[in-house]
Amino acid sequence: MSVKESFESMDYAPAAESRKNVDEWLKANSASFGLFIDGEWVKPKGAKTFATYSPATGEKLATLTAAGQDEVDTAVAAARNAQGRWALLGGHGRARYLYALARLVQKHSRILAVLESLDNGKPIRESRDIDIPLVARHFYHHAGWAQLMDEEFPHHEALGVAGQVIPWNFPLLMLAWKVAPALAAGNTVVMKPAEFTSLTALKFAELCVEAGLPKGVVNIVTGEGDTGAMVVKADVDKVAFTGSTEVGKIIRRATAGSGKKLTLELGGKSPYIVFEDADIDGAIEGLVDAIWFNQGQVCCAGSRLLVQEGIADRFLEKLKRRMSMLRVGHSLDKCIDIGAVVDKEQKDRIEGLIKQGESEGAVIWQADCKLPTEGVFYPPTLVTGVGTDNILFKEEVFGPVLTAITFRTQAEAVGLANNTRYGLAATIWSESISRALEVAPAIKAGVVWINGTNMFDAAVGFGGYRESGFGREGGREGMLAYMRPKYEAALKDWAPLAKAENVAMPKAGSGMPGLDRTAKMYIGGKQARPDGGDSTPVADKKGNLKGLVGAGNYKDIRNAVEAANKAAGWAGTATHLRAQILYYIAENLSYRADEFTERLMDLTGATEKAAMVEVDLSVKRLFSAAAMADKHDGAVHSPPLRGVALAMNEAVGTLGIVCPDEAPLLAFVTLMAYAVAGGNTSVIIPSERYPLLATDFYQILETSDLPGGVVNIVTGGRDEMAMPMARHYGVDGLWYFGSREGAKAIEEAAADNMKRVWVNYGKAYDFTSPVQMSARSLIERASEVKNIWVPYGDANEGGKSY
Amino acid sequence: MTSVNKPDTGVNKGAGFHADWLDGIRVNKSAVERRTATLGGRRAVKKDAQIAFMLKAISCIDLTTLAGDDTPGRVRRLCQKAMSPVRRDILDAFDMGDMGLTTGAVCVYHAMVEGAAKVLGNSSVPIAAVSTGFPAGLAPMETKLEEIRRSVEAGAREIDIVVTRANVLTGNWEALYAEVKAFKEACGPALMKTILATGEHGNLTQVAKASMVAMMAGSDFIKTSTGMEGVNATLPVSLVMLRQIRDYQDRTGFKVGYKPAGGIKTAKDAVAYLALVKEEVGRDWLDPKLFRFGASSLLGDLERQLEYHAFGGYSAGYRHPMG
Repeated sequence: MSVKESFESMDYAPAAESRKNVDEWLKANSASFGLFIDGEWVKPKGAKTFATYSPATGEKLATLTAAGQDEVDTAVAAARNAQGRWALLGGHGRARYLYALARLVQKHSRILAVLESLDNGKPIRESRDIDIPLVARHFYHHAGWAQLMDEEFPHHEALGVAGQVIPWNFPLLMLAWKVAPALAAGNTVVMKPAEFTSLTALKFAELCVEAGLPKGVVNIVTGEGDTGAMVVKADVDKVAFTGSTEVGKIIRRATAGSGKKLTLELGGKSPYIVFEDADIDGAIEGLVDAIWFNQGQVCCAGSRLLVQEGIADRFLEKLKRRMSMLRVGHSLDKCIDIGAVVDKEQKDRIEGLIKQGESEGAVIWQADCKLPTEGVFYPPTLVTGVGTDNILFKEEVFGPVLTAITFRTQAEAVGLANNTRYGLAATIWSESISRALEVAPAIKAGVVWINGTNMFDAAVGFGGYRESGFGREGGREGMLAYMRPKYEAALKDWAPLAKAENVAMPKAGSGMPGLDRTAKMYIGGKQARPDGGDSTPVADKKGNLKGLVGAGNYKDIRNAVEAANKAAGWAGTATHLRAQILYYIAENLSYRADEFTERLMDLTGATEKAAMVEVDLSVKRLFSAAAMADKHDGAVHSPPLRGVALAMNEAVGTLGIVCPDEAPLLAFVTLMAYAVAGGNTSVIIPSERYPLLATDFYQILETSDLPGGVVNIVTGGRDEMAMPMARHYGVDGLWYFGSREGAKAIEEAAADNMKRVWVNYGKAYDFTSPVQMSARSLIERASEVKNIWVPYGDANEGGKSY
Repeated sequence: MTSVNKPDTGVNKGAGFHADWLDGIRVNKSAVERRTATLGGRRAVKKDAQIAFMLKAISCIDLTTLAGDDTPGRVRRLCQKAMSPVRRDILDAFDMGDMGLTTGAVCVYHAMVEGAAKVLGNSSVPIAAVSTGFPAGLAPMETKLEEIRRSVEAGAREIDIVVTRANVLTGNWEALYAEVKAFKEACGPALMKTILATGEHGNLTQVAKASMVAMMAGSDFIKTSTGMEGVNATLPVSLVMLRQIRDYQDRTGFKVGYKPAGGIKTAKDAVAYLALVKEEVGRDWLDPKLFRFGASSLLGDLERQLEYHAFGGYSAGYRHPMG
């Protein structure tokens, strides 16, 4: 186009970023890459290979090697071999390497950005201005955690080898999110990048060499899904996965019972709520960052627009105009908003979902944006006219598709926002701080952005609720996901207490019966008979009958969970109130200490001294939980923007708690107390062997002002009762103390709704131990961290701060 | 959306005062800043487009001198520069020698209007006079109105008025409306640019509301600054004002022009402004009829950049005729 024509049209010209350095790098490697194992590049003979393409043009970029079982095993062995020395290097030593990696990412930022955009299809603006700077930031931040590890986590140690499987949407950034905390904590890694986008991971392997990283600390095995499955199954101590919910569930089941620590960052259908008091144009521009960022291939994309009815028409009209201004083009063009979809396979999936949504009544509107003639592109799309059961309202599209629905009131907005199996992120637009800060905690999501969206920082944890997975990446909570308490390695095997072989039943003519004290269940604040109408005898240690308890079944669990769900308002009560009630429970237990001491002696055969110690410890535990209730404060992060990120601790929700046989009073009280302190409601299956301590205890609960439904007690067989809880969609978290097989079964079943589980893997916790039962560690078990981003600023002062 | 009347284009006739049009206006500063901070990365203007954008920028400059030491001689030189802002050989290199490039206007105080009119004669370059007690705008109303009338009589085809900032800061929108409407009547046929002095507003929401009120009252352009405030034109303030221009067009059908003024010194800045305008209100605004830069030193940088694009080799100031 001539200057004259340009002057007439005032159109933009293509502004291509140079790819010279990438081409040179590919050429230097003959566009063919092996695996990075134990510090060496290996191309096993006869190994399968596969090609990686640039989705913007379809051009083949390189041939990659698919790691098979032998290579994965070799990589894991190399990582295992390197791990001890890497951990022993100490925090400062590891910090030096992580710092070097951060510097190298910055020094090579340009080739990394161009390579990422070529391989993935995302606009160069995003890889250059967002992905790569965040990668460097992540390594810097975690160099800091390595440096401070001994001081900040004195009772923790590295897990060992981490197997990590990452997606194609933020290839190098996801690598950084996984590798940086793992290395900082003293783990070594085997990383499997996504098959569509492995090139930056391979370039990163070069940076590891350049940084002088010890051999085997980072191993990179390319390949497809089967290679990923091998990494998950291999002899690793930690599995970290980011990807689809479907695969996440497979991994949860595959690792069940193995004791491998697991972090899953899965799908989402995140709500983007616009209230009538929002900056409308700001919210519309925010949508560009929410759903047209990275072609919408973002797990936390704001893909469900909830807009208040009064402004909806005008909002959608403005939104369509904004969409028409979006430019779609080659990923290296610096004059575009949207690049290429990662692969034809993904585009087909998007098209399929759109077709289905349309057949279910959705109205599809696509902006009249010019699309390149070659490559894999999909236009920005707005979906309206849907009900809440439309596939496009419910399911993750992972494409540039926004689904809009209206709401009337704030309460309805929260209801719609939470009407999903996911719970990753949420965005709220409102100029009212009162409203925004009321809505944020009400939404089931690990990350909430107020008046902004898709903001990330290494210091601010990221992760989801429900089927969006569990575990957090970034910040302090992210570091904890790569370490374990030092005592764990020394835990002994657990065994159930022997059951009495023959319960000595009363004989005929043995005299006038005592006044029956029937142990019932405790559901919704009321004593309840078992649904099935059956009872189970409870014997003392020697086998003498000491009473009957209700024989619970899955219907009792259902009733108890329903009561617990109804009492969810407990999470919103003041922590002061929770503390007061726990102190009151302690007071009442102390008042009846003699009775509980006698019961323990009578049932368990404990000495008076031992029984007194258990009762006394139970009172102390209640005090500790009460004390911690109003001190689990969360944090205020300072990410690099004018604003804050509030790390708020909140309840997990409804917890299922399956107590061990031993310490029938102390274990029950400890677990119950922290569930209560954290704002959870709970359904507790007490010691199967000695349930009477728990059924005695509900009288204390009844007289301690605890609202009905906050604690529910269902007696019955541990494993039979645990299973309906593990499968119950109304149970958000599950603590299980039983056999190894039981733990495995629980973890498998819990995959359905991605419950966060704490199981003992057949090991025996010592409930008397102040270390194992420390207040801080227990309250962390009983909480989730939600990060609420609050950018602020109103003064027209040119960005000056005060 | 409420709509008064919706002519396709044309001169802003005003819309009457509508308090309810102001009620829903809320501007989130962080969101505004995020948009302007990322726009450059989304819209790199390169190659011929870059040259075209720079030429366009020159055609939209209100070449300005507003100093106490202005003299007829100084203004004469400025006017000549406005009629011929770029060396002919540079334009020829782009095959644009015959495009008749001039700046958008010459902008001076009332006292300089008559002298400027003599130089500019029948050229296409209009004279804009700053008026109404510029820059503070705190002269008596009668003298402000009289100042407008005299400048128009002296040959000014455009009047840049200033508003009473107190009305913005206290939210007295009806008073602001009445003031601007009175100025508009005094302007008669002259184009009226309303300077909001946004650097003296408390926040961006006030900027947005003042913009809307000024347009309701019949402003042909809304303009950021006198150039004398602590903070003059910025991209965030421009985004806020452009969005109000768009909303006003939605409501009334009238296209109102935009003039950022003060602090825009480089070709890079100018191109960024043009891209913002194109993205937010559209191509129609990339025209001196609807867009102006209030600037004095910007032209020099544009000349230097154009010479680089024409001949390669970075330029120096002395190679371009001084204005």
